Amino acid sequence: MEGNMNLSLKVWRQSNKDTAGGFENYNLDSVSPDMSFLEMFDVLNEKLVVEGKEPIAFDHDCREGICGSCAMYINGRPHGPLKGVTTCQLHMRSFNDGDTIVVEPWRAKAFPVLKDLVVDRDAFDRIMSSGGFISVNTGNAQDANSLPVPKEAADDAFSAAACIACGACVAACKNASAMLFVSAKISQLALLPQGQAERSIRAEKMVAQMDAEGFGACTNTGACSAECPKEISMSNIARMNREYIGAKFSSTAV
Amino acid sequence: MSWFSQTLTSSIGKKLLMALTGLFLITFLVIHAGINAMIFYNDGGETFTHWGHFMGTNPIIRTLEIGLVAGFLIHIIDGLLLWKTNNDARPVNYAVNNPSANSTWYSRSMGLLGTLLLIFLVIHTAHFWIPNRSNQFATGEELNLYQMMLDLFKNIWVVLIYVAGCFSLYWHLLHGFASAFQTLGWNHVKYNRFVSLIGVTYSIVIPLLFALMPISIYFGWVQ
Amino acid sequence: MATSSRLDAKIPQGPLETKWSKFRSSVPLVNPANKRNLEIIVIGTGLAGASAAATLAELGYKVKAFCFQDSPRRAHSIAAQGGINAAKNYQNDGDSIHRLFYDTVKGGDYRSREANVHRLAEVSGSIIDQCVAQGVPFAREYGGLLSNRSFGGVQVQRTFYAAGQTGQQLLLGAYSGLQRQVGMGTVQMYNRHEMLDVVVIDGKCRGIIARNLITGELERHAGHAVLLCSGGYGNVFYLSTNALGSNVTAAWKAHKRGAFFGNPCFTQIHPTCIPVSGEHQSKLTLMSESLRNDGRIWVPKAKNDNRPGNEIPEEERDYYLERRYPAFGNLVPRDIASRAAKERCDAGYGVGTSKLAVFLDFAAAVQRYGRAEANKNNIHNASDVDITLWGKAVVKEKYGNLFDMYKQITGEDPYEVPMRIYPAVHYTMGGLWVDYNLMTTVPGLYSLGEANFSDHGANRLGASALMQGLADGYFVIPYTIGAYLASEIRTGKISTDHEAFVRTEKEVKDRIEKLLSIQGKTSPETFHRRLGKIMWDKCGMARNEKGLKEAIAEIRQLREEFWKDVKVMGTAGYFNPELDKANRIADFMELGELMCIDALDRNESCGGHFREEYQTEEGEALRDDENYMYVSAWENLGNNKWELHKEELIYENIKIAQRSYK
Repeated sequence: MEGNMNLSLKVWRQSNKDTAGGFENYNLDSVSPDMSFLEMFDVLNEKLVVEGKEPIAFDHDCREGICGSCAMYINGRPHGPLKGVTTCQLHMRSFNDGDTIVVEPWRAKAFPVLKDLVVDRDAFDRIMSSGGFISVNTGNAQDANSLPVPKEAADDAFSAAACIACGACVAACKNASAMLFVSAKISQLALLPQGQAERSIRAEKMVAQMDAEGFGACTNTGACSAECPKEISMSNIARMNREYIGAKFSSTAV
Repeated sequence: MSWFSQTLTSSIGKKLLMALTGLFLITFLVIHAGINAMIFYNDGGETFTHWGHFMGTNPIIRTLEIGLVAGFLIHIIDGLLLWKTNNDARPVNYAVNNPSANSTWYSRSMGLLGTLLLIFLVIHTAHFWIPNRSNQFATGEELNLYQMMLDLFKNIWVVLIYVAGCFSLYWHLLHGFASAFQTLGWNHVKYNRFVSLIGVTYSIVIPLLFALMPISIYFGWVQ
Repeated sequence: MATSSRLDAKIPQGPLETKWSKFRSSVPLVNPANKRNLEIIVIGTGLAGASAAATLAELGYKVKAFCFQDSPRRAHSIAAQGGINAAKNYQNDGDSIHRLFYDTVKGGDYRSREANVHRLAEVSGSIIDQCVAQGVPFAREYGGLLSNRSFGGVQVQRTFYAAGQTGQQLLLGAYSGLQRQVGMGTVQMYNRHEMLDVVVIDGKCRGIIARNLITGELERHAGHAVLLCSGGYGNVFYLSTNALGSNVTAAWKAHKRGAFFGNPCFTQIHPTCIPVSGEHQSKLTLMSESLRNDGRIWVPKAKNDNRPGNEIPEEERDYYLERRYPAFGNLVPRDIASRAAKERCDAGYGVGTSKLAVFLDFAAAVQRYGRAEANKNNIHNASDVDITLWGKAVVKEKYGNLFDMYKQITGEDPYEVPMRIYPAVHYTMGGLWVDYNLMTTVPGLYSLGEANFSDHGANRLGASALMQGLADGYFVIPYTIGAYLASEIRTGKISTDHEAFVRTEKEVKDRIEKLLSIQGKTSPETFHRRLGKIMWDKCGMARNEKGLKEAIAEIRQLREEFWKDVKVMGTAGYFNPELDKANRIADFMELGELMCIDALDRNESCGGHFREEYQTEEGEALRDDENYMYVSAWENLGNNKWELHKEELIYENIKIAQRSYK
């Protein structure tokens, strides 16, 4: 081992959806400050295997902050102490020798814990299925440059589309609200000319699905945006409110 | 469910109601604070009573008062419904939580501040509005509200409760004012600072004005 | 040399330019009523899988899609950074379908199939149209039209991009199309499911065995066709830019059931990755090739120069790519840039603590952009400080997310000191052998995207992976699958009670039980790390006969040890990521051997495959077109034995030449 940090970890362990869980304490020596947080977990897991204990389950994949798999609530904050960073991009140099680190799964009714730190985020997929798209079958498209999009609109749409659906917004929100996630998609498509045809119905359906999944409402505390690893702006939620209210009061669907 | 009730019972619809009633109550507070501030003329309550009489007897104002009561009720009931929805959305809480890293305590405590304000509202209306309107119903005569104030605010405990109520109002408004605009979708880089400036100013001026009333009377600055 | 009788690439007759259009108008069709009764299984939901599943469902087929991640949107295509090529010629700089075709074949060092690559170039434009229509927020110019940039191995600007997150935006576009079909009930989505075998009945692929990763249950799924869109196998090297879950299992199981494996030794080592920092490292992070548009690569002229990069004066720097390849400079193809970096480091000029890194420097770009900004704003006597400030702002807008990522990982600020980079395993050109229709040697079993071997030859050009994935899924398979399914309309519903399903499921179950029953002393991770080290040292950027032979022996030894000493915790009856990992590593250990065998067979250097015995005096790759102008298609004979079948590559439209970027 190459590092010199000693840590004590308090990690949530839970066998499955239906059983109760609890915290387990682990001590880890010789942690290198150059390790990522998940690499620290890899080391811990290998140690657990050697000791004949079951490793801690956690979601992770790309480890470069873009797939949105990783999801740990670290010392009371989603993705830990840094701004604009996912758990996999958090490095141990953000912690000190001798620290106690508490790691919990996201907590939300709509995100049931599947095992240890792994939660079920299918609700996000279902919200997407309800309207997070532009209905264009393959082969129907016109030439890409026949539809100019003002750079500003394209840039704003891109900023909203940068969402990685990790769920940190839900985890951070005191109401476990998914509005930052939903509004990011509604905004992206509402800002682009291509999204205009389904603009109303999209807002109506996505919000309805979001509510059906059991997410909370928005209190505008701004916690979601402050903790979002992609720093999605709260202005998207305002835009979603406009889109939804406008759609509800003007569409002909009764 | 009709589209209308569906809209108003959705998560965004509930917030819309909170924002609209909140802004309505905010405008009410301006009038309320404005008229009550007439006591600072320190003219033995003459100006205050003049306008108090107008507000208590003018048929248009009296009709609007029904709207005001409705506004309060909707804001309170909808607030409770939201509290329920939001509470249900997280059945298991975090063992360790550090929300102060990402949001202000008062923005997370709108329910609590609202409840404190509700308690204060009950006390406050029991002091003035309910006896006055009951008397109007029974006898057609208004009570001498100015004298009632002078009597009531001799009591330090009452003064403290009123000042505490004003603090709750301050924090409730400090988040609520700008939040209402955000909920209504009024978020624009050019105007956000303006909204927040007005919001902060409002949140300081109105509660301060209210708080000064019992304090001034208690210390005898207003007689 | 002649093509093996076991391989029929089914390339349509006629001139290259009309092969695809003629094929499209003559391929058999399936009528809508029959489509409803035909089931298609799609494995993997990256660019190829998601686009194929969505498009086939739009056409009316019944589709089941599987991914091991918790959502189809997390497939590793999401991590592609730089961009996607298309022969739109929007920049009016001389691009054309033929030029994209030519660049790709040349970039692949003349080891890809002409007809496939030409088709890819033909449909490339439609991909951009489709993505824009879906709402993919590509970068745009102030006039509202699409913006382009350059990529390696190319002298035109044909790369479309969305900041450094092009893969993410394209995948989210395909994913939105997929979720739309899921919502309509035409695609059944199976998240957190891993395919563990294909079921072959009477020589045709008829379904799969999948494990529900949450419950641990094995499931049988029948289909009239199975599409493997399961990505590449770079993780055989343990350290790579791939996601940790990326694996070869689906493709490998297909291989063991009869699908030939094409060019397994063709792996791409990407030149610009963040160097390894220590033993604990779990993956390597790519710094997009787009950085080479503006960054200059150099090492100090003196050996063991330990000064920080920004303190080394200009005259003491060796911009070795610009020196060796003046025509393409820093934008030479990946294989060439990687080897050049290795050559400098091996010669003792490397930088950083490990000495296995070179500098990627933006100082010149910052100055250039800063001055351009000053000009744009009509400021004529701007101070150096201001110019630097403005230049940094422009660089930030172009590459901000990459710079942030670099800073996060290394703790160094790339705006101040040059980045340290080193090559790392990134992509695998090899994969399941497929014919023109993307069908493997098992009828009914297809392979799309990185999982197949088809379009990139021995080296893939930057921004072409996204192009191929989406081309296969959106515009190729929807047509070519008709050629097979038109003959399947009488098959009817396939029963999962068939003896082959029962037998295959039992074989999968037995292997899982075996893995769990060993209960040795070593974690699966340790075996993976050891395998990776063998592969990187002996079958990595440079290979030689002796090393490859050693590697084969070592891998066999390691495999034996694995099956005696691996320790897999937990049981098969529930969510057990450790078991999933062990299962994948077991397959990597078989694949690793085949890669070495293939590398040993190919006595030449081409593209990413560099055999030290075969190089020019200047150290460039030396091809042997006379003896090795073929695709190696390996047939699995069982018990880790393989037979080589050759598909001869015939170039009728391109003049074969020594690849030169000088």
